[in-house]
Amino acid sequence: MDSSAIVTVLIAMLGGAIRVSTPFMFVALGETLTEKSGRINLGLEGNLVLGAMVAYAISFHTGSPWLGVLAAGVAGLILGALHGYICKLPKVNDIAVGIAFMSFGTGLAFFFGKPYIQPSAPRLESIPLGNWTGNPALAQALQVNPLFFVGIVLAVAMAWALRNTRWGLIVRMTGDSAASAKAMGVSVDLVRFLATAAGGFLAGIGGAFLSLYYPGSWNQGLSSGQGLMAVALVIFARWNPIRCIFAALLFGAAGAIGPALQSVGISQGYYFFNAAPYILTLFILIASASSKGAAREAPGELSITK
Amino acid sequence: MNAMSPLPIAEAAGRAPSLEAIGMTKIFGPLVALDDVSLKVEAGSFHALLGENGAGKSTLVKSIMGFYAADKGRVLLDGREVVIKSPRDARANGIGMVYQQFTLVPCLTAAENLVISRADAPSVIDWTKEKKALNAFLETMPFKVPLDTQVSSLSAGEKQKLEILKLLYLDQRFMILDEPTSVLTPGEADEMLGLLGGMAARKEITVLMISHKFREVKAFCDSFTVLRRGKFTGAGDAKTATIAEMSQMMIGDTTIRERAKRLTQSEKPDVLELAGLFAEDNDGLPAIRAINLKIKAGEIVGIAGVSGNGQSALVEALAGQRKLSDGEIRIHGEAFHPNRSAFDRFKVFGLPEEPLKNATVPKMSVAENLAFRAFDKPPVASLGWWMSPGPMRRKAEDLIARYRIKTTSPDSPIETLSGGNVQRAVLARELSGDVDVLIVANPCFGLDFASVAEIRSQIMEQRNRGAAVLLVSEDLDEILELADRVAVMSGGTINYISPVEDTDRNIIGQHMAGH
Repeated sequence: MDSSAIVTVLIAMLGGAIRVSTPFMFVALGETLTEKSGRINLGLEGNLVLGAMVAYAISFHTGSPWLGVLAAGVAGLILGALHGYICKLPKVNDIAVGIAFMSFGTGLAFFFGKPYIQPSAPRLESIPLGNWTGNPALAQALQVNPLFFVGIVLAVAMAWALRNTRWGLIVRMTGDSAASAKAMGVSVDLVRFLATAAGGFLAGIGGAFLSLYYPGSWNQGLSSGQGLMAVALVIFARWNPIRCIFAALLFGAAGAIGPALQSVGISQGYYFFNAAPYILTLFILIASASSKGAAREAPGELSITK
Repeated sequence: MNAMSPLPIAEAAGRAPSLEAIGMTKIFGPLVALDDVSLKVEAGSFHALLGENGAGKSTLVKSIMGFYAADKGRVLLDGREVVIKSPRDARANGIGMVYQQFTLVPCLTAAENLVISRADAPSVIDWTKEKKALNAFLETMPFKVPLDTQVSSLSAGEKQKLEILKLLYLDQRFMILDEPTSVLTPGEADEMLGLLGGMAARKEITVLMISHKFREVKAFCDSFTVLRRGKFTGAGDAKTATIAEMSQMMIGDTTIRERAKRLTQSEKPDVLELAGLFAEDNDGLPAIRAINLKIKAGEIVGIAGVSGNGQSALVEALAGQRKLSDGEIRIHGEAFHPNRSAFDRFKVFGLPEEPLKNATVPKMSVAENLAFRAFDKPPVASLGWWMSPGPMRRKAEDLIARYRIKTTSPDSPIETLSGGNVQRAVLARELSGDVDVLIVANPCFGLDFASVAEIRSQIMEQRNRGAAVLLVSEDLDEILELADRVAVMSGGTINYISPVEDTDRNIIGQHMAGH
């Protein structure tokens, strides 16, 4: 492999990081917010797929992809709110409910999404940021969707809000010690309900990116478990919104290794390289789980850490 | 006063409220937890609320705080009746409480905890301004806490101080403290109670403290009220009343079993030897470091220390619940690896702290729990695996009678027993055989006087019979009563060891604080 091939692979990985990371970013940010409040929503895969389908359908019918994005968020919001409502009933386990919602969301999307597999809907436009480079491959890689920037701004805003606003402190308090929150007159159930609904909204938007930008069509194999991986990323990012961004970028770059190698003529182990993000996640999770800081950063009320 | 701009302490003088609860009654189903109890706390006084576990102290203060709706009774604040339906109402009336379980949020810093506790916390927090206000507030306070440290990494003493600072920050000048010194060294406790007493004497605050330490009540409190089994049994001036009078009001006419006498032992061989033990806590940080200790047959070594200085980790390491990262445990000179067969071979027994959680399976029956040591041996088991319930039950009935365990039947789940009876059941299981080594941790925590006397007698009897006893306790009086030698743990290691007759409370207290 000569140096130009290496450059090609690196550029492809950069492009992959930017393109593929966005849905991970949104789902991971949503899950971070939910988990910070002390609840786990494993069902965000359902929100993602339903969001993708709704966004595509609305974009197809109205001709406005941004309206589709909004509708995807609302669909995710409704699923999240349902999850939040059910989990506040006594003796309900949020993990079990989450798994049910994963199937429920995807099932709902497949059921209503059948008629939209064939037609083509208007898609989101990207911002060409790389035309000045004069390098077509780089220019291609630097076609960035606005949602990517929205995700980054959101992560910074969330990290700031968790430290510097009353709501942020209340969410962290609820997630770390429900007893203290109650003693201060905070309604733990309400905070968690809102955090789960908001998390669902973000996951829905992540879905809109899948169907309206990349890969940019609606079909049943669209997500292939990205929503679930994003939930795992939250643990890897240790409940920090900024680290969620880096985790998503890393994951996106790893996902681009397989296709990039193929494009420079290395097709051996294609499927192995396609599995790279998952193998990577597995190793990172093992490494970060045994780290000493990990246990201290987990919100104390989570049902997995209790 | 607005909590945003706390008044300097001088202006706060004379603002201490008085509180009177009249005829408080609270009934939970068949249980009368509180029966027509009245309590009067003068403005600016330091009042002690005494009573055994289950006497109704917590019910009384929780009724005052609005956690429970009292079935009968009134609360007067500064002589005028107030209606308190929830802790929020209590807060609005300036009544605050420090609970035994801290209500600070571990993942927030001290400053964040203070600011968010305010009802009028701003939606966007300007930290520069808040820090300035907090520092100005701390300037007026008798004790300090680092503001930018996460609460989870504060020591228990600092957390306790922060809880009290929080009440003052929220301008709650009637404060109820629930056994506030249980997590402090004697030195820290005296310092804190002294400071609070001073504030009360200047009429800045009024304090109602739940306690069962007569020494503290005598030294710091002005007046006291005693409850027994939900009833008022007396009140008075803490300076003039004697400890004998107070304890008479607390325990009534219960006859207490005579304590077992300490028999003098001739020089005996070392039985248990801890050689350079190291272990890590769950976060991988050192929990115990270089623990070296030898215990002879017929000797009780008491390990004193403020909770959280490695005592639990040491007991867990000896019980096989925590892995040693270095060092060796030897019994009769042989290496001891804590597992079931070694426990049997070396005759090692234990009474861990919180026995319901650490030494029993709460939902299994009393008989099954009593058989944990013997279920795989004859007569309960034949061929090493076939269990017959008959012998198990007979054995349980025998133990229940011998150790006077109060249970409706051997088949009731052990979690339905009272704390004292769970501890008796564990004692029965662990001490009914031949004991060479006994490891005991906080055996009397939360028990009534009668059970305490009985359990301490049992431990002393094992010593007299020649067992080597390691007693870990947060109750210094217990150690001074039982131990032949005292060791002090601080920062995960033993930094002081002495025969009990050559030391005293002050020296031990200094070493508990790590000096």
